[in-house]
Amino acid sequence: MGRTGHEGGGPPGLSRRELLRGAGLAAAAGATLLPAARALAADAPADLRVQGPDAVELTLTVNGAPRTVAAAPRDTLLDVLRLPLDLTGAKKVCDRGTCGACTVLLDGKPVYACSVLALDVAGRSVTTAEGVVGGAGRAVADAFVAKDAMQCGFCTPGMLVACAAAVAEHGPSLTLEQARAATAGNLCRCGTYPHVLEAALAAAKTAKGR
Amino acid sequence: MAESKVKLGVADVVAEKTIRHEDADPAPWGLDARLAVVGTEVSRVDGFAKASGAARYAGDQRPTGLAFARIVRCPHAHANVTRVDLDAVRTMPGVLAADETGGRRKTYAGAPVAVVCAADERSLDDAVAAVRVSYEVLPHVVDATEALAEGAAQVDPKRANRGDADGRGRGGGPAGDAQKALDEAELKVEATYRTQVQTHVPLEPHGSVATWSEDGKLTLWCSTQSVDAVRNEMARRFQVPAADVRVVTEFMGGGFGCKFGPDPCDYEAVRLARATKRPVWCMNDRREEHLTGGFRPDSVQKLTLGGRRDGTMTVIAGECYGTPGNGQGGAGAANTALYDIPARGVTQFGVSTFTAHGRAFRAPGHPQGVFALEGLVDEFALAAGMDPLDVRRLNDKHPVRRLEWPVGAKRIGWAQHRRKVPGSDRGPVKRGVGCAGGVWYNAGGGSWRIDVAVARDGSVVVRSGVQDIGTGTKTVLAVLVAEELGVAPGAVRVEIGDSRFPPGPGSGGSTTAPSVGPAAREAGVRAREGVAAVVAAAWGVDADKLSFAGGRVRGPGGKETTFEQACAQLPSEGLSVSGVRRKNYEGFSGTCGGVQFARVAVDVETGVVRVEKVVAVHDAGRIVDTLTARSQVNGGVIQGISYALFEEKRLDRASGDMVNPTFDTYRIAGMADTPEIDVVFMDVANGINNVGMMGLGEPATVPTAAAVANAVANATGVRMRELPMTPARVLAALAAARGGGK
Ligand code: FES
Ligand code: FES
Repeated sequence: MGRTGHEGGGPPGLSRRELLRGAGLAAAAGATLLPAARALAADAPADLRVQGPDAVELTLTVNGAPRTVAAAPRDTLLDVLRLPLDLTGAKKVCDRGTCGACTVLLDGKPVYACSVLALDVAGRSVTTAEGVVGGAGRAVADAFVAKDAMQCGFCTPGMLVACAAAVAEHGPSLTLEQARAATAGNLCRCGTYPHVLEAALAAAKTAKGR
Repeated sequence: MAESKVKLGVADVVAEKTIRHEDADPAPWGLDARLAVVGTEVSRVDGFAKASGAARYAGDQRPTGLAFARIVRCPHAHANVTRVDLDAVRTMPGVLAADETGGRRKTYAGAPVAVVCAADERSLDDAVAAVRVSYEVLPHVVDATEALAEGAAQVDPKRANRGDADGRGRGGGPAGDAQKALDEAELKVEATYRTQVQTHVPLEPHGSVATWSEDGKLTLWCSTQSVDAVRNEMARRFQVPAADVRVVTEFMGGGFGCKFGPDPCDYEAVRLARATKRPVWCMNDRREEHLTGGFRPDSVQKLTLGGRRDGTMTVIAGECYGTPGNGQGGAGAANTALYDIPARGVTQFGVSTFTAHGRAFRAPGHPQGVFALEGLVDEFALAAGMDPLDVRRLNDKHPVRRLEWPVGAKRIGWAQHRRKVPGSDRGPVKRGVGCAGGVWYNAGGGSWRIDVAVARDGSVVVRSGVQDIGTGTKTVLAVLVAEELGVAPGAVRVEIGDSRFPPGPGSGGSTTAPSVGPAAREAGVRAREGVAAVVAAAWGVDADKLSFAGGRVRGPGGKETTFEQACAQLPSEGLSVSGVRRKNYEGFSGTCGGVQFARVAVDVETGVVRVEKVVAVHDAGRIVDTLTARSQVNGGVIQGISYALFEEKRLDRASGDMVNPTFDTYRIAGMADTPEIDVVFMDVANGINNVGMMGLGEPATVPTAAAVANAVANATGVRMRELPMTPARVLAALAAARGGGK
């Protein structure tokens, strides 16, 4: 499952993947804009201005607290989380939107942090695994421990965020298929998938209905 | 020496055995041992740290002033470096160092040529992009079969690409007179099986963060399966006493055999940290990891299996080779394992190619060898007109695996789901079942020491230099010490993965847990005795009349206290004790078995194979923690499915470069590919060490690909003799079987 910036819901920014595909996308779209591009145009801030090439300061909410960081235009959300913000739960495993190890919540919806440009998250709210376990996601983390939904643990914070989002979305009605779909974009080399599913379903049982 | 009578065995195959053991070593637990924690489901002691992102891996370390380094790699499989231009790079903003890595001739794509270090990642990106290297490109060959051809470019100019025949082989190795047995065989099946190159793909790549103190001491956070090996190697390479090198691997993001020693990125982190006087981060990226981080060699296995019409197998013979990359060793396939076939004559050799270095990969030689062997066993059964399960049961002498076949058969529904006429389902989706056996050889060993400290507040700390690569080593140590102290495993703190602790074994070969577990148990016994002594003195009773259970200490006359209060009687410095890994005893079985059964659905119109269910029946002596053990078996099965269906390192013949070094092009099994997995453990009281434990990581992945392939044959009536079983290969095999070909 692709989990790029615009699929994250909320006001869509320009994901790095779209940026990379930009030329081809524009050509293919022709006169009719593709949904993502259309949404982008609709949500473009009024003060659209050129930023960079040097780092610029931006403020975002991280795990509930406002944080101001300097980011270059090519820095991803993952870059600023892992370095200036020193939140290393989200891992850089592929850096191109194919593994899910960098999954975080952007305005409550899961995204691949490596595929979201940092400048696009100014003013928005980001929750990492470290933050998820401080809230309703705590029950999901506890279920991960109880069901042993981890081995080496390198994919685990990303899996946890993806599961926490699914539990938050579906509550106690979360089905096996929904849990599978929610984590289909998270790779695990150790093969923790069966226990991840068990943990997500167990956590959902204890969650409040929507 | 002490002698203890212990009940050993499995199921109803039980015998009392006298085991001579050192006085200090507790007697092995027998079948009738009554244990409180061992053998139950215990949550991973560091589970919350991992789930919450609090666990810091090597690349997550952030010492102040951290700089970043990246290696510039050769894009050609074979080339001479004629010029490296770094002058302009050195003056770029943020650049701290830019150096050649040395060596003119490069013999694989991905070989290091230069390295750049900068104060931040974006400056590093720019600097690396500005490095200019000129090459004289030379002829190469990346395919093992092509490397055997006359006139093929030679990796080592002084030696043919074809390595010497490996006399030992893997698995059973040579035995008897194979030629004579072939001549006498009533039935023979002959086929060539092929397997692919598989890369390890640990999600955490190789790499380190290194920092030197002003007085010349090195601290290295390294993603390694052996802190001890890395410490010794770095001390040697950088000419400092080993005592001045500290290697830390508290958490480790997967290795599977590819991380036993330092890689170029680890060396460069250390070298550049010394040169720039700053901590340096140097981790492989995904492409570098795929290209250079190690792989399971491929194999071409031309084999003949022979035997009698009654299904008895008498001979296996043939030739087997593969490429371990630049070298020649380690390419053998374990196609003579499992069945004690009396005559075995398989010539094995490695073939050098212009590719990076193959490395040990979870059960080296076994998934590929067992894929060929168990495929042939099915072909042999077909020739004999027998149920392939019956042929296995007839020929299998392994004391545990013999009992595992019927368990697995029942749980997969062998009688109900096996197609008597393979491929006979109506419609495009064909279903079938298949099975395969496994074996592994390790009960651990060495003379490792485990330290246990008990403080007056009742806190317990276990220390060892061993690493936890994801198997749950920390948890196993906690369980064994907790068992002896009668406390909860969560109350035991385990500190590992630090070369300042007593040296531990490298984490591999499924030897880790059984190498350190028995020492932890012994240390736990010593700690209990220490606490018992002070409590007994305070109560005026015999120390051996005390019992430790449920977090409490109980004595004669209704005396009782909590473990914490008991520890308050300790002297102010608390209690420090050790346990030592003793030699293995002669146990019930020196090897693990394991069988797996797979049920698949094959769409003969698209060629897509789906594994619907796997039953995995395994033994590893005493299972210390059934929860983390189940995780390991799930992982072995899923990696095996991934190997069977998806993974293949593809090299461009023209350039020798890898064409699929990303997750979207090198596919590994994901959530959607994961079947229902039914894990069953056989309880074996082994007595091979004081716990009776053996390793589980490797046995769990040995039979999977073979079982899946056998199920595909049962579903379709067409045998796939080449991995991975991609849709294109399945369709081609189906077409060939229809006689059409393409
Ligand atoms: S690191 Fe972001 S998806 Fe892989
Ligand atoms: S737990 Fe190791 S990659 Fe998922």
